[in-house]
Amino acid sequence: MSTLAVHDHGVAHHDEHGHEHHKETFVSKYIFSMDHKMIAKQFLITGITMAVIAMILSILFRIQLAYPDKTFPLLTTLLGHFAPNGRISTEFYLSLVTIHGTIMVFFVLTAGLSGTFANLLIPLQIGARDMASPFMNMLSYWFFFMASVVMLSSFFVQKGPASGGWTIYPPLSALPKAMPGSGEGMTLWLISMVMFVASSLMGGINYVSTVLNMRTKGMDLWKMPLTIWALFLTAILGILAFPVLVAGVVLLIFDRSFGTSFYLSDIVLNGVAQPYEGGSPILFQHLFWFLGHPEVYIVIMPAMGISSEVMSVNSRKPIFGYHAMVYSLIGITVLSFIVWGHHMFVTGMNPFLGGVFMITTLIIAVPSAVKTFNWLATLWRGNIRFTPAMLFAIGMVSFFISGGLTGIFLGNAALDINLHDTYFVVAHFHLVMGSAAIFGMLAGVYHWFPKMFGKLMDEKLGYLHFWLTFIGAYLVFFPMHFMGLDGVPRRYYAFTEFASMQKWLTINTFITWAAIMAALAQVAFLYNFITSIFAGKKTTQNPWESNTLEWTTPVEHLHGNWPGEIPTVYRWPYDYSKPGAEEDFIPQTVPFSQTMSSNLPHDFEDNPAGLEALNKFNTTLKAEEKVK
Amino acid sequence: MMASIQKNGDKLDLAPKKFNMWIFIFTSSMFFAALTSGFIVYSGGKGHGLNVIMPSAFMYSTAVIILSSGTLFLAHKAAKNLQFGVQQLYLWLTFALGVAFFAIQVYGWYVLTYKMNVYLTDPNASRSFVYIFTGMHLIHIIAGLLLILNTLTGSYRNIPQVKNLFKMEMTSIFWHFVGIIWIYLYVFLLLNQN
Repeated sequence: MSTLAVHDHGVAHHDEHGHEHHKETFVSKYIFSMDHKMIAKQFLITGITMAVIAMILSILFRIQLAYPDKTFPLLTTLLGHFAPNGRISTEFYLSLVTIHGTIMVFFVLTAGLSGTFANLLIPLQIGARDMASPFMNMLSYWFFFMASVVMLSSFFVQKGPASGGWTIYPPLSALPKAMPGSGEGMTLWLISMVMFVASSLMGGINYVSTVLNMRTKGMDLWKMPLTIWALFLTAILGILAFPVLVAGVVLLIFDRSFGTSFYLSDIVLNGVAQPYEGGSPILFQHLFWFLGHPEVYIVIMPAMGISSEVMSVNSRKPIFGYHAMVYSLIGITVLSFIVWGHHMFVTGMNPFLGGVFMITTLIIAVPSAVKTFNWLATLWRGNIRFTPAMLFAIGMVSFFISGGLTGIFLGNAALDINLHDTYFVVAHFHLVMGSAAIFGMLAGVYHWFPKMFGKLMDEKLGYLHFWLTFIGAYLVFFPMHFMGLDGVPRRYYAFTEFASMQKWLTINTFITWAAIMAALAQVAFLYNFITSIFAGKKTTQNPWESNTLEWTTPVEHLHGNWPGEIPTVYRWPYDYSKPGAEEDFIPQTVPFSQTMSSNLPHDFEDNPAGLEALNKFNTTLKAEEKVK
Repeated sequence: MMASIQKNGDKLDLAPKKFNMWIFIFTSSMFFAALTSGFIVYSGGKGHGLNVIMPSAFMYSTAVIILSSGTLFLAHKAAKNLQFGVQQLYLWLTFALGVAFFAIQVYGWYVLTYKMNVYLTDPNASRSFVYIFTGMHLIHIIAGLLLILNTLTGSYRNIPQVKNLFKMEMTSIFWHFVGIIWIYLYVFLLLNQN
């Protein structure tokens, strides 16, 4: 930029900053806000709303599974022709599982999780005034909001929402006449997803750019909290994976509406042979899972970052193996792109290729185990504070372990022949990415609620919420492993009608009641969340005695985050219970010169002057002791 | 409270925004990489080759888009030297070449469809891919043309030079990228046309 010239355009030179100091109106503050903190709240509240809707959908199909022979006239009152004669119709059942999956994976655990915490934490924890492009950030939220509206609007079309599963495999998704859910519902699904991807990309581009360009003085990459590392790598995953889904969806739209046959071949519909030939449905699966597998890490990695941070703060200990934590996140990021084939073991894939995908898949167990070990080692002999956030973070680790173990079975190409598309898979991913990610998200909500709303949430309700949800989730998903081993297929409307599977009816009833209990537990959360915003106890500036930068901002939000200068960072974020320190935490903004008694030689690896000062301090200390 | 906030030195922090454009280019590259990989998986798996000799229109459009990159480079250079009239002239030239590229591509479709009987809805989807590649690329061309117009408007409105250069750079990054993508797609099609 050496050629940058000062050029005076005279009268035409408008003051570009004039508009930045205008008074905030209701619309610019709460609706079309460009403040990352407000956008984070918008993402969170929309995400929670979508989560509640998806949960209600799951209760509806659980009722059908538990009572396939009973009629509930109330369902007809509520759902109309989707539930004629008091029973959910077969088509609507498929819509329910499809939309439940779509909303949970994309709208809650991608946008709701990353959108909330990347927006809230990236600028606050790296020390930036706002995102790289606040305008794009605002657009990102509004695209997400429109996507949510369009997705839900599909419940109001005659034939109902999309029903081919959240993976929308062709030909069901490519032929509007294939089944009721393939019609307008599928079209709305595609429109919604295109907007969703646009939202995700705008968000992700901003997150990466902000982390790389806008860190405050002293905040080098190795001084970033693990939340930021996780959200940063998640954003990279999204940037690389979502365009591939778009490519797959573009071809699908051409097949649906323009008569091409990328995915279609040899199809007879209602006895009429269709003109499509030469297409390959497996092509869609390749394109979909090239996104789809990174997508599950997009879901879990922010939860991992949040849990690491929450567990370190509440164990009053440095995170165990900070560098290993970062390298394992990077490892997961890289590996996630070369394992997609394990979703396709039974598509007639070349067994050699299956073997390759099997090996890459099983290698993911290594970084995952490193992370698990480090979490447990962080807890080990910690001075643990069991706040609700801490409980949820520990719960996240629990689910990640119990769900992750079954991944080792499913990753085997040979075992997958038996387990593919059974309840074993349902149990696996609901624990390892469903429950684990939700618990990470809830840990984040409880932990950063004071930062978002300036109030504290009620702890007792938090404990009630945690225990009911934690026990409920295990009661729901654990029995599903055994159903899967017995060969019970997923997505079936009434599998207990099969003579060989009748015995699972009692288990189904049990699971449904456990799910209803867990769903009711969320009422405790919602009540707590909403009342605390308005009537919660006021928080102090740093309620958890945490080291990271967000707690140096005033409780009252202001656009630009810090009044005056942005603080400089001198140390990593995990100086908890450092021997010799006055308190059990040293914020990142405290320079080493103010903590001479707790400094260690390895704090000065690239700072010889500092090391010299430390040695001098220690010799004088020793000399003084001798005098005494 | 609000009055006490100081913006960071009150200077426009444009570097992160430019970085956004680079990341978007990664995103877009992944999109075309996915489409071309899809082609390879399809034609390899199904044994459907393309078997179409690309119409010569695509060769001319390649020349036009390379030329447009040249004119945009000259516009950028003029902007740096404060020659705003020259900048506007070359921007208009780039815009015209972009429109010409668009027209030649559409003519290429016409040749493919009416002269060579290669259809979008061909049972051999390798051939449909030709339309998808060029069509998706043309969407990027439209975005690029809008960027050029935006820069031109700024230049006519005498916006500060820092912003003028910033818009110029954003447009350049994107337009050169779009050109490179077309060359990639064209070479890819040439290599696979048998």
